[in-house]
Amino acid sequence: MDYLKSSLAAPGVVLIELNRPEKRNALNNATLKELADHLQQLDADSSVKAVVITGNPQCFAAGADLNELAQLDVVSIQQDQRPLLWKGIDEFSKPLIMAVNGYALGAGFELALHGDMIITGENAQFALPEIGLGMLPGAGGTQRLARLVGQQLAMRWAMTGEMVSATTALQHGISSQVCPSGLTVQYALELATKIAAQAPLAIRAIKQSLKSIHEVTLSQGLKLERQHFVWLAATQDRQEGIQAFLEKRKPEFRGV
Amino acid sequence: MDYQTIIVEEKNAVGYLTFNRPKQLNSFNETMHQEVSKVMKSWAKDSKIRAVVISAEGRGFCAGQDLNDRVVDPNADAPDLGLSIEKYYNPLIKLITDMPKPVLCAVNGVAAGAGANIALACDIVLAAKSASFIQAFCRLGLVPDSGGTWFLPRLVGRAQAMGLAMLGDKVSAEQALQLGMIWQVVEDDQLKAEAGKMAEHLAKQPTYGLSLIKKAIHAAADNNLDEQLILERDLQRLAGRSSDYKEGVQAFMQKRTPQYTGC
Repeated sequence: MDYLKSSLAAPGVVLIELNRPEKRNALNNATLKELADHLQQLDADSSVKAVVITGNPQCFAAGADLNELAQLDVVSIQQDQRPLLWKGIDEFSKPLIMAVNGYALGAGFELALHGDMIITGENAQFALPEIGLGMLPGAGGTQRLARLVGQQLAMRWAMTGEMVSATTALQHGISSQVCPSGLTVQYALELATKIAAQAPLAIRAIKQSLKSIHEVTLSQGLKLERQHFVWLAATQDRQEGIQAFLEKRKPEFRGV
Repeated sequence: MDYQTIIVEEKNAVGYLTFNRPKQLNSFNETMHQEVSKVMKSWAKDSKIRAVVISAEGRGFCAGQDLNDRVVDPNADAPDLGLSIEKYYNPLIKLITDMPKPVLCAVNGVAAGAGANIALACDIVLAAKSASFIQAFCRLGLVPDSGGTWFLPRLVGRAQAMGLAMLGDKVSAEQALQLGMIWQVVEDDQLKAEAGKMAEHLAKQPTYGLSLIKKAIHAAADNNLDEQLILERDLQRLAGRSSDYKEGVQAFMQKRTPQYTGC
């Protein structure tokens, strides 16, 4: 891979580092494609239980690649492969944790919003600067952000391109934790490790159930949740979980 | 590099920034703001500079805003004082408090208005016996800026802070010391030497560790105990990975003086 580094950071936990430092990790098509393809592989690999995506200490990811954007006209932009790539990332079925240090701008912010969880360093700064280019965020920036923080703040941030600090991001539920920047990746990996030890089928069901909240009504969501609850009753891991609890030992989940 | 309003010197890993508009009691105009900001920004990133001393030429330390820059025509629209605060004073205070190394202040004479609060923003404040601090803002109908209303109650408590800010009385160096506003008072002719000695000492210490201490103590003002305990854990984790910690432990075991590099 040219633009990503990927490593097994802990048992069952893969760390993906965006690696175009000279371009502040701008998400050009090639990077996005590598990322989507790699996640697809990891999804198919049953030894992988959770994935952490990070950038570098100064920059998670600046926006899209402006040189590429400049070449697109209204016709070619309709045939753009990016929406499909984003969809691929969105459909990754395992826990995806974003460890954000430094700038997460435009598409970088939108990538972070594709994570199931975000942990940031205290130097993290989010923004949607597309408006300054006469555009709007085109990878869920208005949609996912508004569902997270509400219409008011999303409107303000998308219309002004204002920087959002790590503390503000935490306050408004964009992230679940802020820590000193030197520890972001470590804490994201620890979180991923904790999750990787859980029953994979239950984790998958939780992810599906929670990701559906913006798609379905509450009563539909409750029905889906109940269905997950019922079918998990057929798994061996559930039996193991309850058994281990009663026997006062640690469960050993096998994903079946 | 030539400066019009400040003197800049780098010696033995210490950066000396000296306000140099003695005739105007070192009050700030735009040029001075720009020059101070430029130097502080470069030192923040320069790992060869491991301590900073802010001091001043002449009989005063700093009289805050140069009021000649703010001629108020009684018939004109009211000026927007928030502009210069947003553009200059607030960033300056953040440069001092975010500087990842010790910032000393040697207060040689009167420190008034923003001048007083720039001093209070520094990590360790030494004052000459004849120095004084005045929260002059209230006399003009203004509010202590440059962090004054934040630093004062944290340094001296609400009762004293309120008195200082509402009365605008001149506080002598000795009083400031008794109130807990500053670290130390020294003889007038010893001020530069004492500040230099302390800065040179600090510049040989584990700079990264000192920057974490600074961060923790600033964070304590906003954190509750639980949050602060977590922060201490995090910072200690980082400190434990520094090469200076390794060197400190080794030097202790080998019964020698540690040679810290600052990282």
